Amino acid sequence: MAAPFDLNDDGVVVIIGTGAGGGVLANELAQRGVSVVALEAGGRYLPEDYLNDEWDSFGQLAWTDPRTTSGDWRVARDFSGLPAWIVKAVGGTTTHWAGASIRFQPHEWKAATTYGRVQGANLLDWPIDDAEMAPWYELAETKLGVTRTGGREGLPGNNNYKVFEAGARALGYEEVHTGRMAINAADFDGRPACQQTGFCFQGCKWGAKWSAAYTDIPRGEATGNLEVRENAHVARILHDDRGLVTGVEYFDRDGNLQFQRARIVAVAGNSFESPRLLLNSASSMFPDGLANSSGQVGRNYMRHVTGSVYGVFDQPVKMWRGTTMAGIVQDESRHDPSRGFVAGYELETLALGLPFMAAFLDPGGWGREFTSALDSYENMAGMWIVGEDMPQETNRVTLNHAVTDRWGLPVANVHFDDHPNDVAMRNHAYARGQAIYEAVGATRTFPTPPYPSTHNLGTNRMSENPRDGVVNRWGQTHDIANLFVSDGSQFTTGAAENPTLTIVALAIRQADHIARQMSAGAL
Amino acid sequence: MSKPQTTQGLTRRQLLARASAAGAFVLGAGFVAAPDAAWAIETTHLDPETFATLVQMARDIYPHDHVGDEYYVIALRGYDSAEQAAAITAGIAALDAAARGRGFPSYLGTGWERDRVDILRAMEESAFFQQIRGGLVTGLYNQKEVWPLFGYEGESYSQGGYLHRGFDDITWL
Repeated sequence: MAAPFDLNDDGVVVIIGTGAGGGVLANELAQRGVSVVALEAGGRYLPEDYLNDEWDSFGQLAWTDPRTTSGDWRVARDFSGLPAWIVKAVGGTTTHWAGASIRFQPHEWKAATTYGRVQGANLLDWPIDDAEMAPWYELAETKLGVTRTGGREGLPGNNNYKVFEAGARALGYEEVHTGRMAINAADFDGRPACQQTGFCFQGCKWGAKWSAAYTDIPRGEATGNLEVRENAHVARILHDDRGLVTGVEYFDRDGNLQFQRARIVAVAGNSFESPRLLLNSASSMFPDGLANSSGQVGRNYMRHVTGSVYGVFDQPVKMWRGTTMAGIVQDESRHDPSRGFVAGYELETLALGLPFMAAFLDPGGWGREFTSALDSYENMAGMWIVGEDMPQETNRVTLNHAVTDRWGLPVANVHFDDHPNDVAMRNHAYARGQAIYEAVGATRTFPTPPYPSTHNLGTNRMSENPRDGVVNRWGQTHDIANLFVSDGSQFTTGAAENPTLTIVALAIRQADHIARQMSAGAL
Repeated sequence: MSKPQTTQGLTRRQLLARASAAGAFVLGAGFVAAPDAAWAIETTHLDPETFATLVQMARDIYPHDHVGDEYYVIALRGYDSAEQAAAITAGIAALDAAARGRGFPSYLGTGWERDRVDILRAMEESAFFQQIRGGLVTGLYNQKEVWPLFGYEGESYSQGGYLHRGFDDITWL
């Protein structure tokens, strides 16, 4: 049973956030006998609670606390208060994610070395590499039951995939398949095979898709070493006069301020809330925020080069049937500057229901150009672009002191401008995506702009040198030995791949490190 | 407040005789109805002409020729409220004024959709236009009754998903 720990228990590891980073870290530490208190801002929802209705589900799960935006990205205009589409619930965005689980390519750990100097980009090599991560990736793939790894079969392709595959093959693409997915193609780990229901983004009602909400979290709780406190919004991390963190202040479900002591604190609130919390924890000893001697907290915000391509055909596709992200083209993920940009991108199928298609196909669009597209909704196929964007120091999360949340805390402002490399990559991907659909008879195609971000990365980045980033190779902050970062904000660069598998692999590795350091008395 | 089939004793011919050039009828006495009497709404805060113009405006923003007026009415009827009435009335008055500025008797007095679209295009940055457009994105497309008109099937969990019901049934490739 989940053991309740005392607020004054200073032997616990406090983890802030329970998603791919925090949720996995919590379970992995609990399995190793470490006492953990996980503070989750949202509530707990399980498959029986998930709503297969796009807007109702959004209302149930999405993080809609106030945020502000600036910069030239279109999200700032079309969805000014919603820079991200992420989840506020136990399990975090592992409830919403599509399940694509692909490893970084070896060269992507070394972006600065591989790509060379890119003007305006704050590129840096990760302090870790492919060889070091390989065993952790294998553990992550086993945990998630990733298809096409570990001898597991692939998922069958749905209609949306078949259109995508046929077009890609017609163009000569070779690395085309139904993906490496954390969605069961056969029963695995007590969870059933995918029933091709659609609504992967709304939480899988079958539990066929891996989510920390119904795997790592309850398993950690079953050890008796993990207590998850729901509806607990962390306000501030406190420290002592030696510069070590001592615990966290949070508002409980009744709005009362509590203080939980801690031996170690791990921040895993996603790339907006994690730097916001470090910045909101500024003190006389750390006037620029915790762990910010480099000045890099909140900087280098990355969101992947995204965008979608939808194609309309003269006959039905019914793309909403089945797995949302049902297949991938990987041929363009290589680094090949002859295309006019560094780094690469993946193309992955994606489907939206009619309500979200109306909201996202061309935000702000109206008139017959827009509605005639929706009139052909049944004949539509869709894909999503996910490519490596350039870290820029000026793309950053800052505190907006003019806007506060319900607890009176300054909210995050998210500033983002596309780098010219991002624009060149997106335009290339649009053209290739449109060509894929035209190759199989599309009568019309749509280069759809990026949605609010689900891949939010880089705002507490990992670096070898404390001058260049916020955390070291273990996700431990350079400045404060018992303060860790455990989510996608520690990404040094974003690579072309969906980030969850890498976040999970890093969390398993970090748990192993923390447990060893605690046993050795070093933490 | 919606009263489908209400015709207030008028014959279909009388209805047609009172039809405005575009879209819905104003029946007077707070009623607005479709030319085919497929829907009618009794407005309480908005002038019936104002509401009829609002329906036409919605059709011009998101025109779907196979989607009946009644779905637009459902998306818009929340504006017939004490809180919203003044702003909506002012917005529609501005729309009519813009139409008159282009030589039409009113927004509903235009003949072609393109004339109304020109009027809307000139005011698309206005708060009123954006309020109506933004509200329709959810108000119109999130009606479950509308989904079948676009072929969208909604949730499938209650039927066991599509694994055995055509997730890969495409035949024309």
